[in-house]
Amino acid sequence: MSVLKRKANSARRSPFAAAIVIALGLLLSGGGYAVASGAVTSANASDPYKNADNIAAGKKLFLANCASCHGQNAGGTSAAPSLIGVGAASVDFQVGSGRMPAQGSGPQMPTKTPQFNDQQILELAAYVSSLAPGPAVPSDSAIAADGNAERGGTLFRTNCAMCHNAVGAGGALTEGKYAPALMEADPKEIYEAMITGPQNMPVFSDANLTPTDKKDIITYLTYVQTNPSPGGYELANLGPVAEGLFAWVFLLGLIIGITVWLGAKSN
Amino acid sequence: MSDNSKGVVPSSGESDEYAYSAGAGLVLSDAIADPGIEPHRVRMTDKSVKHEKLAARQVATLFVISILGSIFAIFAYFFWPLDGENLTAVRTNTMFLGLGITLGLFGIGFGAVHWAKTLMPDAEISEERHQTRGSDETRARAVEIIKLADSESGFSRRKLIRRTMYGALALFPLPAIVFFKDMTTEANPVEKLRHTMWAAGKRLVQDPTGVPIKASDVTVGSAFHVIPEGLNEAPHMLEEKSKAAVLLVRLDPKDIHSQKESDWGYNGIVAYSKICTHVGCPVALYEQQSHHLLCPCHQSTFDITNDCAVIFGPATRALPQLQIDVDDQGYLIAKGDFSEPVGPSFWERKAN
Repeated sequence: MSVLKRKANSARRSPFAAAIVIALGLLLSGGGYAVASGAVTSANASDPYKNADNIAAGKKLFLANCASCHGQNAGGTSAAPSLIGVGAASVDFQVGSGRMPAQGSGPQMPTKTPQFNDQQILELAAYVSSLAPGPAVPSDSAIAADGNAERGGTLFRTNCAMCHNAVGAGGALTEGKYAPALMEADPKEIYEAMITGPQNMPVFSDANLTPTDKKDIITYLTYVQTNPSPGGYELANLGPVAEGLFAWVFLLGLIIGITVWLGAKSN
Repeated sequence: MSDNSKGVVPSSGESDEYAYSAGAGLVLSDAIADPGIEPHRVRMTDKSVKHEKLAARQVATLFVISILGSIFAIFAYFFWPLDGENLTAVRTNTMFLGLGITLGLFGIGFGAVHWAKTLMPDAEISEERHQTRGSDETRARAVEIIKLADSESGFSRRKLIRRTMYGALALFPLPAIVFFKDMTTEANPVEKLRHTMWAAGKRLVQDPTGVPIKASDVTVGSAFHVIPEGLNEAPHMLEEKSKAAVLLVRLDPKDIHSQKESDWGYNGIVAYSKICTHVGCPVALYEQQSHHLLCPCHQSTFDITNDCAVIFGPATRALPQLQIDVDDQGYLIAKGDFSEPVGPSFWERKAN
């Protein structure tokens, strides 16, 4: 308690004092809960996102890698939004897909090779979710692609296709932003994107798309990802633009070549 | 021929059948003379027996490729059959069949052309163009025939017949124009454009499931695709949906810059027509941080924090807002139809 008291005294005049006290209080209560549930003593804790060791390790990672933009207490700065209440699912999505830590400012953060391994991502997610409750990382059964693909397709076309394209090929948004292609997205990423609404994507809470709806959408996307296009090469699934370009460049080129050959005299 | 100070001569109107006539164009006095036919160049296949034999073998090879292609296509039909279960089979079947048939046809075509170009007689001939104008004699004869036809038929003389025939010709397309009326069965089709299925007290339900929406379930940052309750069972479901589709989002009330938008919404929940005011595409690309609403067809962009005013693109009118409220069970309901017609402009729509 003396450590806490000394910290509180020294930060009394800081405008962040309240936030720090709340953050520490939440951290300690989270830790206390973990102690009470015996999670600290067991390496195979029932919920690794509530494990005090993971939270402590995550805080270290956070301060070293995230705090410069998201603030010392994850309360956000002018450079990046607050992470209070975004939940473990958001951290798992952003860091797991390599979008975070950001490589630079821009209209949208692109995916890249993740900078952290699975354990580090778990620790970061445990720390951020310890600050305030938020969407949790989905269970394996929630993201299993064993739903109704046809129903998922209907839901996808109503709720997702306007930005992500009817088969998940992605599409452009305003001012340099874009809806990414979903051809490579794994079920966990898809689920986490729906519940957290990363960047400019709207949130699809369980009241909007029920867990069954989400499962059906994942089943549909998995079907699209694993089944080849019967019509031959997809040409990025962009429809008439890509197909028209192919016809103009290659097929018209072929016709021009043959025409020139027909008109040329033999040697 | 007199005015050639600028290096041009007016076209001559010589009556010689093959005289050059430039019509209204100008002929340069120092025009490059007609070089005539290119001197004949003897082909290698005419000069050397070796080349002739080579060309013959090439033609034969092309025909053999065609034969092999056709046989391959028959073989492919049986070896890569269509399989109802496996979509990949469609792809391989189509590709190999197409490849075989292509070789079969192209081999014949290329072989025939190569044969003609290398081995068949190689002599250039030229045919001069002549004037398209007929001779004076032909023209005089044509006029004679027309006059004879006129006098024999009495076309100029019999005014009654001529005028009734004009009338008949003018009227016969009219029925086809009247049939356009069948494009709508309504007495006043314009009214259908002014009204949608929305009415006071009608619940907002999710598209396509028809689940009613509780105001408390619409969290900030979420987007709901909404249809009026009962739309899925409506008689002209797609027609109604194409007018009544709505996008529902919840904004932080602080972000809303229009008093009317706040008043017509419910605690920051606002509902806007999803039908673009440009040409009616569904505007549903909602960016929850920039609050832009983008139309995918022509990139019209609407600011959902400022009454969906147009901030980019070809649309000229803001998206119409649906007035909403909650009923006593907490579900979102419409307070009435849209206050203005949704979607693109039409002739009878008043500008605003």
